[in-house]
Amino acid sequence: MTAWTRRLRAFFGIEYALMLTYRAEILLWAVATCLPLIMLGVWSQAAESGDFVRSPAWMARYFIAVFLVRQVTIVWVIHHFEFLVVSGRLSPQLLLPVDPVWRYAVAHLAEQACRLPIVVVMLIGCLLLFPTAWRGDAAVGPWAPGLGAVAGGVLACMAAFTLRFVLQYTFALLAFWVERVAAVHELVYLLILFASGMVAPLEVFPAAARDAVLWTPFPWLVWFPAKLLMGESAPVLRGFVTLGGWILVLAVINRVVWRCGLKHHSAMGA
Amino acid sequence: MRAVVVEKLSKTYRVADKTPGLRGAVRHLVRRRHRVVPAVREISFSIEPGEVVGFLGANGAGKTTVMKMLTGLVHPTSGTVRVVGHEPRRRRAALLRQITLVMGNKQQLVWDLPAGDTLRLNAAIYGIPDAEARRRTDALCGALGLGRDQELTQPVRKLSLGQRMKCELVAALLHHPKVLFLDEPTLGLDVNAQTAVRDFVRRYNAEHGASVLLTSHYMADITALCDRVIVIHRGRLHFDGRLDELAARFAPERQVRVELADPADAGVLSAYGAVEKVEGRAATLRVARDDVPGAVNRLLSRHRVVDLTVADAPIDEVVEKLFADADADASADAERTA
Repeated sequence: MTAWTRRLRAFFGIEYALMLTYRAEILLWAVATCLPLIMLGVWSQAAESGDFVRSPAWMARYFIAVFLVRQVTIVWVIHHFEFLVVSGRLSPQLLLPVDPVWRYAVAHLAEQACRLPIVVVMLIGCLLLFPTAWRGDAAVGPWAPGLGAVAGGVLACMAAFTLRFVLQYTFALLAFWVERVAAVHELVYLLILFASGMVAPLEVFPAAARDAVLWTPFPWLVWFPAKLLMGESAPVLRGFVTLGGWILVLAVINRVVWRCGLKHHSAMGA
Repeated sequence: MRAVVVEKLSKTYRVADKTPGLRGAVRHLVRRRHRVVPAVREISFSIEPGEVVGFLGANGAGKTTVMKMLTGLVHPTSGTVRVVGHEPRRRRAALLRQITLVMGNKQQLVWDLPAGDTLRLNAAIYGIPDAEARRRTDALCGALGLGRDQELTQPVRKLSLGQRMKCELVAALLHHPKVLFLDEPTLGLDVNAQTAVRDFVRRYNAEHGASVLLTSHYMADITALCDRVIVIHRGRLHFDGRLDELAARFAPERQVRVELADPADAGVLSAYGAVEKVEGRAATLRVARDDVPGAVNRLLSRHRVVDLTVADAPIDEVVEKLFADADADASADAERTA
């Protein structure tokens, strides 16, 4: 086992143990992030009411896929980091010979692992409540994505999580200058909410609006992985290139902001 | 190579200048005013390998700011710092592996998990093999009187303040650092826990040859551990030398405690020095350092003395006097400038 593998395992072990301590809170988080399931009910009803761009089964399947994508791409580093900076608890982490970002990233994975059983139960509940999602209807066949689509979907979820993490962590670093940085990030979340396909699939957007949002990173965070998991055709190359490109650009910005932030942090007294 | 070298180190903070109350808050929103506060002013000192140095100063003197500059948490405004040959603000792993900072009012232990979990994590972070980490944990816990299967297996929040500080020390020293920065490690601890921490630091220093820079408001910590002290006041260095030199320089008088066979009389005893206290047959006098041998001789020849001791003034009184002198000098300077 290399030194890095051992460190990451240790981070995972301690963060998973912490998450188990906060199990009730995690259950509430999982329930609180069921917006896609609410949208599923709304859009399925709308689709059933008459002439619509997509059938009720498609809508149910889409929002169940969105729910899954959302569960594996939830990022909360901004709240954690803001607390560390404001309370002065960042200092002990800065004295360790490892960049704290690794611990925060692994903490998210540990939280996801802890939330997994709850997600599985909620997913089974959804499939039972909306059987057309997996059975299909006159417009779409049964939900049976191929192995390639599932693998692509999983990869896209991983890339989407990485992008969301880097994006939010970059905003989190503004905590070195701004005391309530999570409030600033709410504006970004508003964009993610509407432009990612979380509230409505891109298929129901006017063509011009859809083309416009596809130039932003947001649809690739939710809509793109959801489409792959559904087994539908999606702009795979463009999706992965966009995700990779944004991750790279934000990672560079992140490191620059980190260095400037540390200097400013020290000016405040650390 | 010296463990710590500090040359003309200064740090200024820019702080918001805001009048209290609603009017002040609104005015600050529209027109922000700031002022520059010098926290540390051109201090220089060095620490040799294995040396234990007491770092004294009143609240707000700049001790913690210096500690933070020495560990790289705060960047100096000017001047240079070298710790085991490295510039701390660069936060190189090679330096971080050789130092530790323990702050009595901040913790690195994970609050909701047993301290043992933080120790395992630190072992992985510093790349200490499992068997070696267990051996070091046992040795450190043994020296501090901690039970491997007791305190280390309870959530940190369930531990007493003393137990928590001991666990903090184990976590901070697991990687066997060469330089220890201890900022009020005995803060709020009871007498037994203070003694245990003190003994532990002395033992670690002896076994590992580590350099220690220690701040504490408990003079007992300083007198028990440090031969040398550095005193800063209002960000300036006022004294750097041996503890006994500090007493000699800032307390020109020594205390002579005498117990007579007959009741003591303040009027009679005033011939030997300034009478500080008379209680029955016992008295305490303050005598100028050079006059002590003569005064003691005269006391012994003219009175029936049961017991007699000569001591320096308590170190906290000496330090208080140093601060008072420094304040008086600063006021005189200010008046001259005006």
